[in-house]
Amino acid sequence: MSSTLIHKLGNNTDIPTSVIAFVTNAFQQVVIPILGIFVFLVLWSFAAKNIETSLGNFPGPGEVWKQFGGLYSEHITEREKEEAFYQRQEERNAKKLAKNPDYIAKKRKYTGKETFLDQIITSLITVMSGFFLAAIIAIPLGIAIGLSKTLNTAVNPIIQIFKPVSPLAWLPLVTMVVSALYVSADPIVPKSFINSMITVTLCCLWPMVINTSVGVASINKDLVNVSRVLKLPPLSHIRKIVIPASIPMIFTGMRLSLGIAWMVLIAAEMLAQNPGLGKFVWDEFQNGSSNSLGRIMAAVLVIGFVGFLLDRAMLQVQRFISWDKESATR
Amino acid sequence: MNEIILNISNIDMEFPTPKGPFTALKEVDLKVQKGEFVSLIGHSGCGKSTVLNIVAGLHQATRGGVVLNGKEVSSPGPERAVVFQNHSLLPWLTAYENVELAVKQVFKKTKSKAEIKEWIEHNLQLVHMDHALHKRPDELSGGMKQRVGIARALSMQPEVLLMDEPFGALDALTRAHMQETLMEIHNELKNTVIMITHDVDEAVLLSDRIVMMTNGPAAKIGEILDVKLERPRNRISLAETPEYSKLRHAVLSFLYEKQRKIETIPSRTQDESEKKQLADKVAAA
Repeated sequence: MSSTLIHKLGNNTDIPTSVIAFVTNAFQQVVIPILGIFVFLVLWSFAAKNIETSLGNFPGPGEVWKQFGGLYSEHITEREKEEAFYQRQEERNAKKLAKNPDYIAKKRKYTGKETFLDQIITSLITVMSGFFLAAIIAIPLGIAIGLSKTLNTAVNPIIQIFKPVSPLAWLPLVTMVVSALYVSADPIVPKSFINSMITVTLCCLWPMVINTSVGVASINKDLVNVSRVLKLPPLSHIRKIVIPASIPMIFTGMRLSLGIAWMVLIAAEMLAQNPGLGKFVWDEFQNGSSNSLGRIMAAVLVIGFVGFLLDRAMLQVQRFISWDKESATR
Repeated sequence: MNEIILNISNIDMEFPTPKGPFTALKEVDLKVQKGEFVSLIGHSGCGKSTVLNIVAGLHQATRGGVVLNGKEVSSPGPERAVVFQNHSLLPWLTAYENVELAVKQVFKKTKSKAEIKEWIEHNLQLVHMDHALHKRPDELSGGMKQRVGIARALSMQPEVLLMDEPFGALDALTRAHMQETLMEIHNELKNTVIMITHDVDEAVLLSDRIVMMTNGPAAKIGEILDVKLERPRNRISLAETPEYSKLRHAVLSFLYEKQRKIETIPSRTQDESEKKQLADKVAAA
């Protein structure tokens, strides 16, 4: 009698296991990372107070937050200025047109300074252009190398030599070649953009070539035999067997490359003066105002965050395209 | 029925190794009639798969050749469809699409779109896989994957169907199920089949002839056993007949008495004999 009572009571106070699981999961997924970030912020601000530089204290989290606000409001003012400029221009043209109907209206572009947000966009465009250029070259090359042992033996030493070269070594060469070849009175894109883009391409070519070729070379031999029994012509063999089979490895290479591309880009932009985040960091460093360090630190955080987003975006694309969902979980 | 469709004529197979050529097969000679079901049985490493690969055209015999319907085999082709041991389905395609790839390749010019669709579905029906047309291989069990593999091979309408231990990786119950399906299909379509197997019961149950191979190196055909059991065969009622036991006994005695595999570590004994030879040479010098 009493035992059943206890049993009943026990049942009533029991929390369903699903709720326990949810709470534990939430704790692990949310609370612990937040705790980690909090500890980091505390350590950072403590360390920052104790580092004295010629430009004042090293920026702590508060200072960087303030700079973010400053950068954003600068962006807003700049946009307002731009709008005002175009409005003035339109009014002026309308007036002139009213006086003289034959007048051909002059339209000038606003040449204000690039804001931080504009620079992020420029960096993104540059890195994506360089990355796609590399992919267009690297993936077909990687497939060819993976399919032909002879080509692999021929090209492998060259790849191994070029792979570890830093972007800073390429940049002067790229700059000179681009200035020699890219001559146009009215260039569509500035030289600095081409320089940074090609440097990015040169650095992120290799992981893609290597991963693609390894992926292609390690296709299951049975699948190749299936293709032989079916007498698939070479092109459909590549399209129907080789590419789908090596898609997971191709994506691994692309993710590695995109990570490298983003790192390389900042250095390339510093030196090539491409108006992106790299130039922002460099200009702030040369500027040397009391805000500079805080702004650079803000840029560092943005660079990290954008890099993280790029990687996640690549992972989502992989999940969407690749049949092998398991290789796309990390 | 007595027409010879496939002639495996005196083939030798040597593989180059760093220590000189290794003879895998020596004078393997076999004629297969149209509609016949032939099993190749032998211990592992005796070169059964090599014979099958040569017939498929995936390997080239060092000497001798294979003639199918009066034409010498020089490369792989869909008229000699292969069912591989580990199904070899393309993992990114569904069951339907896997068969479609084969059908489109073979019948692109002769069949209309509707006929192609019908033919794919028909073949998957034959292997009882019409309930899972649009599932990918990773959603199918081992037996189901192998069924799709068989459907793919059948859909090419091969003159000879080559099966490389098709049920080797399956559990016993699934294997029995697959054997039933295979007998059903063979009864209906009267294909010519060459199947490699390790399983004595499977060989006796399915085959018209059992080709027993000697141990390698330089493996050859040891004995050929005619299986004159009436079709359709039923594994349960057959198990009680004396003829079935006799056939089974014949295969077992070949494998475990005449060709008993002496388990040694071949490379080691070879090394030792080489060392000995070398020592002899040194002594002679």
